[in-house]
Amino acid sequence: MSIEVRHVTKRFGGFVASDDVSFVAPEGQVTSLLGPSGSGKSTLLRVIAGLEPPDAGEVYITGSDATWVRAQDRGVGFVFQHYALFRHMTVAENVGFGLVVRKQKRSEVRARVAELLRLVQLDGLADRYPAQLSGGQRQRVALARALAPRPRVLLLDEPFGALDARVREELRAWLRKLHDEVHMTTLLVTHDQEEAMELSDRVVVMNRGKIEQVGSPDDIYDQPATPFVAEFIGSTNRLEVKLDGDRASVEGHRVDLPPGVLQRDGSGESVAWYVRPHEVELRLVSGRGAIPSDVVRIMRLGWVVKLELRLPSGRVVLVQQTREQVDELGLAPGDLVYLALRGAKAFPAAYSI
Amino acid sequence: MRRPLGTRAPLLAVRGAALAYLLAFVALPVAALAREGFRGGAAKFVAALASDQARAALGLTLKVALAMAAVNAVMGTWIAYVLVRRPFPGRAVVDALVDLPFAIPTLVTGVMLVALYGPQSTLGALAGASGLRLMYAPPGIVIALLFVTLPFVVRAVQPVLLELDVGQEEAALTLGASPWTAFRRVLLPPLVPAITSGTLLSFARALGEFGAIVVVSGNIPGRTLTAAVLVYGEIESGRPQVAAAVSTALLSFAFALIVTVDWLQRRARHAVL
Repeated sequence: MSIEVRHVTKRFGGFVASDDVSFVAPEGQVTSLLGPSGSGKSTLLRVIAGLEPPDAGEVYITGSDATWVRAQDRGVGFVFQHYALFRHMTVAENVGFGLVVRKQKRSEVRARVAELLRLVQLDGLADRYPAQLSGGQRQRVALARALAPRPRVLLLDEPFGALDARVREELRAWLRKLHDEVHMTTLLVTHDQEEAMELSDRVVVMNRGKIEQVGSPDDIYDQPATPFVAEFIGSTNRLEVKLDGDRASVEGHRVDLPPGVLQRDGSGESVAWYVRPHEVELRLVSGRGAIPSDVVRIMRLGWVVKLELRLPSGRVVLVQQTREQVDELGLAPGDLVYLALRGAKAFPAAYSI
Repeated sequence: MRRPLGTRAPLLAVRGAALAYLLAFVALPVAALAREGFRGGAAKFVAALASDQARAALGLTLKVALAMAAVNAVMGTWIAYVLVRRPFPGRAVVDALVDLPFAIPTLVTGVMLVALYGPQSTLGALAGASGLRLMYAPPGIVIALLFVTLPFVVRAVQPVLLELDVGQEEAALTLGASPWTAFRRVLLPPLVPAITSGTLLSFARALGEFGAIVVVSGNIPGRTLTAAVLVYGEIESGRPQVAAAVSTALLSFAFALIVTVDWLQRRARHAVL
């Protein structure tokens, strides 16, 4: 019951929404298509659902070629960002729609609708109209409606995008739980990395119609394959490192190359170095590999403290420490502090975006 | 209802002027007509309406208006659907074309139609050869009315269609509905109030149409003479009694339709929200 996309290209006029994209969403897992708006992820989902024809490439659902199968015959469940509930139908009529158009028996429709309303915890609301429901409830109706005809795969297009933060988090946890119960192959489109990380077994990071990286949430966070992924997933600082033989320097201060950073010959070459805010160590005294900086701002967010530090060049670096670490150093805005960079990820500067 | 504070006194003037205008230009003429119709008492009013000529004219008017309304309901919805949901090159031009019938003097419409479908034209001759008389016959009146009232349904349905999320139709498709089922069960129900109000408006307009009909119908009493043309003829021949009675009948009918349309439009607005 997997979804396989092979070399799919889709253009809208001169705009290439999907550029020779291939990936697999494995059976029974939640796969996310993660990327900024305009990266082509929604287009890809619509191609898979049969709502847009691809200009080239194939879509396989459950191993069979579905590229030219009509949307109504594909057996996919699709949940839209703005719910797309039928406003003139009750909740029960909405959920039962996919069964009624398939000419199922009335008693069967009624039983299946009741079963799904229980599953999405909306038992008592069968006779309400969509306008009488909250956003979170509407989205659960949309989910029940998509699941009712027992689709082979479930496609979710920014399903929580129109909801406020608290409801979004609740629904996310609930959806993950639901998936653990029904184990349906699910493809989720989102621009929210937290959503992708929390819900998926596998993340496909997209940018400008192309795939940047495919991997587990940990993979793409710890081992970003491209500068785009490094910058898009989690927050990060981008520093320029000058290489001179085996010596490396940031803003004129010699630093140690962390393991895994590509060693290059030749002088004057530079690489882009991505350092996550928590991968920085702060010291009060200078030392090998330490870069001086001024404390600009300290934001105390409970256990976590965020600091804005200004390097001599004026570049601002965002650092995250625990409250203990900051209190131990006794830092205040205007203080001088030394940074040591740990566990950075480097890319040749020419590769930068 | 909210309004800015401290505007009470000017408000009376604002409201008063608008109401006085409506009274002077709409309500008074209507009242004058009704008074004229009942001048000789109710019995004479009924007698005037019951005359063969008046009955035939009113009957014909209702018949052609009904035929027009039925075609308009379907084609107007169809055109609105194509304009909103099936974009094509040149859509802007076609969209503007829809309003053209409102801008053309209806007499000119009549002349155009006679030129196109009249017995002397190729099309008219072709139709005539197969036994169908277009001009100077009821079909010609329906054609003229269709031309004149084209914008009503299109323009009533279009904004509602624009408001409706395409996602609903796509959701229906992914749930296994054919495009036709999706149209019928998902798109059409929310459009019904708009289609109905557009159709009724065009119907009301058709009841009173004069210019286009007077050219294409031939105005044969008892056969192709519509109510509005009859009214004109009666006034010209110095018989205002029949004219006033028929006019009053047309007017009451139109008024009832407008009230219905207004009610439907309120409902349609609710459906969209």
